[in-house]
Amino acid sequence: MLTLIKKGRVVDPGNLDGIMDILIDDDRIIEVVPSGKPVKSGSVLLKRRAPDRIIDASGKIVAPGLIDMHVHLREPGQEYKETIETGTLAAACGGFTAVCAMPNTMPVNDNRQITEYILKRSREAGNAIVYPVAAISKGLEGKSLCEYGDLREAGAIAITDDGRPVSNSRLMRRAMEYAKGFGLPVISHCEVSELSSGCAMNEGIVATRMGLSGIPNAAESIMVMRDIALCGLTGAHLHIAHVSAHESVNAIREAKRKGLPVTAETAPHYFTLTDEAVSGYDTNAKMNPPLRSDFDRKAILEGLADGTIDVIASDHAPHSSIEKDVEFDSAANGIVGLETSLSLSLKLVEDGVLDISALIEKMSKNPARILGIERSITAGSIADITIIDPDAVYIVDSACFRSLGRNTPFNGWKMKGKAVLTMVGGKMVFDNIFRL
Amino acid sequence: MQFERKDILDIESLSAEEITFILDTADRMKEISKRPVKKVPTLRGKTVVLFFYEPSTRTRSSFEIAAKRLSADSISISSSSSSMVKGETLADTARNLEAMNPDVIILRHYSAGAPHMLAKLLKTSIINAGDGMHEHPSQALLDLMTVREKKGYIRNLRVAIIGDISHSRVARSDILGFTKMGAEVVLGGPFTMIPAGIESLGATVAGSSDDAVRGADVIMMLRIQKERQQSFLYPSDREYSKVFGLNPERLKKAKKDVLIMHPGPINRGVEISSEVADGPYSIILDQVTNGVSVRMALLFLVAGGVRNVDAD
Repeated sequence: MLTLIKKGRVVDPGNLDGIMDILIDDDRIIEVVPSGKPVKSGSVLLKRRAPDRIIDASGKIVAPGLIDMHVHLREPGQEYKETIETGTLAAACGGFTAVCAMPNTMPVNDNRQITEYILKRSREAGNAIVYPVAAISKGLEGKSLCEYGDLREAGAIAITDDGRPVSNSRLMRRAMEYAKGFGLPVISHCEVSELSSGCAMNEGIVATRMGLSGIPNAAESIMVMRDIALCGLTGAHLHIAHVSAHESVNAIREAKRKGLPVTAETAPHYFTLTDEAVSGYDTNAKMNPPLRSDFDRKAILEGLADGTIDVIASDHAPHSSIEKDVEFDSAANGIVGLETSLSLSLKLVEDGVLDISALIEKMSKNPARILGIERSITAGSIADITIIDPDAVYIVDSACFRSLGRNTPFNGWKMKGKAVLTMVGGKMVFDNIFRL
Repeated sequence: MQFERKDILDIESLSAEEITFILDTADRMKEISKRPVKKVPTLRGKTVVLFFYEPSTRTRSSFEIAAKRLSADSISISSSSSSMVKGETLADTARNLEAMNPDVIILRHYSAGAPHMLAKLLKTSIINAGDGMHEHPSQALLDLMTVREKKGYIRNLRVAIIGDISHSRVARSDILGFTKMGAEVVLGGPFTMIPAGIESLGATVAGSSDDAVRGADVIMMLRIQKERQQSFLYPSDREYSKVFGLNPERLKKAKKDVLIMHPGPINRGVEISSEVADGPYSIILDQVTNGVSVRMALLFLVAGGVRNVDAD
């Protein structure tokens, strides 16, 4: 099967930026040529037969497939919140060709069987690719190491105890040293539990006014600083998850300046919203780490702009109404993000915080580099491609989400820009161009 | 003015005009409690549900007496006797209660915002009888009523609130209520108990309890909860009493006609000495008396006002 994507603006940071035609044979990219120019003499395939399928991408941005490296798919164990099938379909519709699945499933992904199960279910679903992230510690309990060698062999791409911090510094040190031997990045959920437990939102004026206990920035930044120190000690690749506080951004910037192998991600809600969004006790604005002050929000934007923060990941955390339609302090943490992440991030381009190339780096090239996978629009590469319409204006309607989760603070928001086609290995897993 | 509110959720959403209207109504209600037959038919045929997820003696009996003096039928549900122990959610329990057509639900809940959630969910009027660390509007209203009764006015009074401001819904409602009515509010207490950004509510934070008391027209002492020692909020009752407690010595720094208040229950010898609690400046029991009047006013305004009279 021969596919031609023509007249799109191909943005492959560090490689290409121009109006190009892309020729794809089955799952591989065969040729990338400037649009409108005669095909090179080497283009045997195109001369021999006409493409089976032509996608007109004029006015669109053609990007290497986006990767959301922080997603909770909830399967196995909490299929009423999300399944691998619905989660990966939501990913595809949001423009993501691949997601990293966090290990806090039930049972926890701390062994080969669960990793293999997740991979099997994701192949069956056939939507976005799933890269399982295994647990740092057995049962996420912070007491003993998982078998990283076996997990790596089964297909785990990184390790994390996400949702819980690794409070024991010695265990974290050893996890980093041990993981280094298998080339597994260590993704750290940075939180000092003693400063955050029993608290429901960001510490500050809004929490004080609402009578809610506050989580101070230091609950995050202290742990970021500890992990940076352990990164210096061990030389292991440390990736800081969901950065929300300005002190964390500063610490990461300083660590990078020193040349430490530290990378970091933030989520769209941290650069879009502040703790004011919690007003009215909206449980759809409750997450951990919490929405911070506007000062922090601006620091996150700076961190994105100057490259301190490498990645935008959604921290997609689906919950049902059972967990969310309750008293604020009893409500579960987390919001869905797969189907709003790209639009909220495109706003950064609209606002001049990032150019489109930098945005694609943070949503595709950098996650790929951190995870050690290939992501490129070049002849010979796997055809994982996202086509973005930067001008499409629409209203978010959570009732139409492919995710089972409806827990978003962005319902009813007017957005500009979204994915219109998602291709995984040459297969269109989401397509709004042909359909229209 | 016409009082058009369905719910009484917090002082934050009430205007100074509405607060004055509630206080005026409460003043008129007070006379009923002094009669030999302490009952009027105003709310006859109305049903009031007291829904208490937290233990309470004062607030609960005060609301219950208020309902009975207005002839409303009241029933009382506590968390230990409700379906909550069977795992029913607050929303479901409330929907079930509403299906029995009550007119008012008075909710005391350990979660901030719980009454706001019910108010959105139900057509029944909701009165917040204390939600987590958020607000306790009827307490602030009875405090305002008592101060206005004793002083004749509230504007420009210096009101010191001393104690665990962080965990106190009374403090939040009082800060908002007294500042809305034109008083100056000064906060005192250990800095472990002063929440971030509390100044945004309109109060100032004193450097010491002596500074807070100095020149005060009203001193409101808050109950210190002994279990707070475990969260490192203060070292010992002994030290608390010495540094932050109100005793005759510290009281000398206040104005000569100072009023001493406390939302109760008091810890004698910790935040307040017995000499002060039982002394001539104490109006702690007047607060309790006025509590009934304020709650009668609130019930009357949400259940007996124009809003509830059928057009035909």
